[in-house]
Amino acid sequence: MKHTYDVIVIGSGPGGLAAAIAAKENGAGDVLIIERDIELGGILVQCIHNGFGLEIFDEDMPGPTYAQHFIEKARGTGVDTLMDTMVLDITPDRTVYAINKSQGYIQLVARAIVLAMGCRERTRAQILLPGSRPAGVYTAGTAQRFVNVEGRMPGEQFVILGSGDIGMIMARRLTIEGAKVKRVLEIMPYLTGLTRNYVQCLLDYGITLQKQRTVNRIIGRDRVEAIEAVSVDESWNPIPGTKEVIPCDSLLLSVGLIPENELSKKAGVLLDPVTNGPYVDDRFMTNVPGIFAAGNVVHVYDLVDWVTEAGYVAGKGAAQFAQAEAIPEGKQVALEAGENVRYVVPHKLTKASLAEELVRLQMRAVTPIEERVLVTVEDQDGEVIAKKGEPYARPGEIISLTIKPKSFEAVQKAVKLTVNVRKRK
Amino acid sequence: MVETSEIICVACPKGCLLQVKHEGKDIVEIVGAGCRRGKEYAICELQDPRRMVASTVRVRGGLHSLVPVYTREGFPKPLIPQLARELRQVEVTAPVKINQVVLEDALGTGIDIIASRDMPKIT
Repeated sequence: MKHTYDVIVIGSGPGGLAAAIAAKENGAGDVLIIERDIELGGILVQCIHNGFGLEIFDEDMPGPTYAQHFIEKARGTGVDTLMDTMVLDITPDRTVYAINKSQGYIQLVARAIVLAMGCRERTRAQILLPGSRPAGVYTAGTAQRFVNVEGRMPGEQFVILGSGDIGMIMARRLTIEGAKVKRVLEIMPYLTGLTRNYVQCLLDYGITLQKQRTVNRIIGRDRVEAIEAVSVDESWNPIPGTKEVIPCDSLLLSVGLIPENELSKKAGVLLDPVTNGPYVDDRFMTNVPGIFAAGNVVHVYDLVDWVTEAGYVAGKGAAQFAQAEAIPEGKQVALEAGENVRYVVPHKLTKASLAEELVRLQMRAVTPIEERVLVTVEDQDGEVIAKKGEPYARPGEIISLTIKPKSFEAVQKAVKLTVNVRKRK
Repeated sequence: MVETSEIICVACPKGCLLQVKHEGKDIVEIVGAGCRRGKEYAICELQDPRRMVASTVRVRGGLHSLVPVYTREGFPKPLIPQLARELRQVEVTAPVKINQVVLEDALGTGIDIIASRDMPKIT
């Protein structure tokens, strides 16, 4: 096996696959994907439901089909893979330390690295759920793996905490497999997943969703026997007199995803406390030269299609870096979250980028606005550089906006760019 | 008698709330659709609601013990529970190829159930 690679991609989910393919297509010689699982595809392998590919292929595909398309493409372009291999450490000078059963301890060097480790589910410990600690409390994704890949039912009667997409999709999946989903509880006053999933996964199967309601306590010693639900006020304080004990044998948690950046931190990559992912520029390069990041490791997307697109951008940047030893520095301008914007990715825009191609910004709103909004990118003087109308703004749904090459001149003069989501006047 | 049903359109992620006035299955008026697709969805929803269904079937000798499958097209909504029971009886043998039919003409609907990925033989 080779010791030095032009590009090493860590993770083979949709972001990693796209990055590896793009690296090859943009002239990188040796490209390697390191994957800890026994097969490529990442979490898509367990996402057997439809709804993938609508943006990129204009087709409604199940997750495994979407993954296979890119797995075959990666194989076709000659990407090397190292399976069943765990990356232990990455250094800022791009040495990768990994381990697997057949080769033992491995040390590799990359001219450029793409971090594509995806994200992890928030667990019970992270939301401080009180009560005893019986078996039967799972994250929704773990249950999804049991049911869809391993063929094991984790329980018979479920309560699901959180109206995120995975939770709602699992509510439907468990019902199809003969289980009873008694309730979906959401602490926020709004749905955190997509409306279409509420319709197709909950309404279709008569599953009740209760908002501003959460799990107050888990009941049961060896196994979950019930959960106690309670209503909460705006500050998440329990409202007296609203308790209900719901008998069940399992509790699924669908309470958010966190970008997985333990390796990134070891490599000296700085993380944005809002996204929990690296600060990146428009090529998805982190603060460490030659280390790029793509997909859910940067921020949690709601559509896989956007992850693939981000992977392509990062892979191309990595290939260019690997061949040039360095991308010409180029002046950059900061992109900041303004009015009603929680965060915007990328964090920095290379001014020269707009000469050739458009740059896509993705952001999340702070509070929902259920009427027409105007999304703007403004410079330090309030001059509008780019704008777009949207029928509404919801924190659960990413807003996407492109800055086009026609704004090249305006961006050259900018000292700072701010992104805003405002009610349309 | 004209009734009004509320339907949330799922043709796109926007999720318009449609007010559909209808006499039985005959539509009188649709209010609230943001586009033409919403009207089509409302008509479908009232007259013949269908959904894509994804599930798994058992596979013998495969890398995993299950292979994911889905309906080649929208499946009649009222028949979904029956389809789920039917799929639990199906078993195929590895290797399975993507798009391979695992259940032909499911429940006499003319709709095939196909594998959504390759499932290689275990080595």
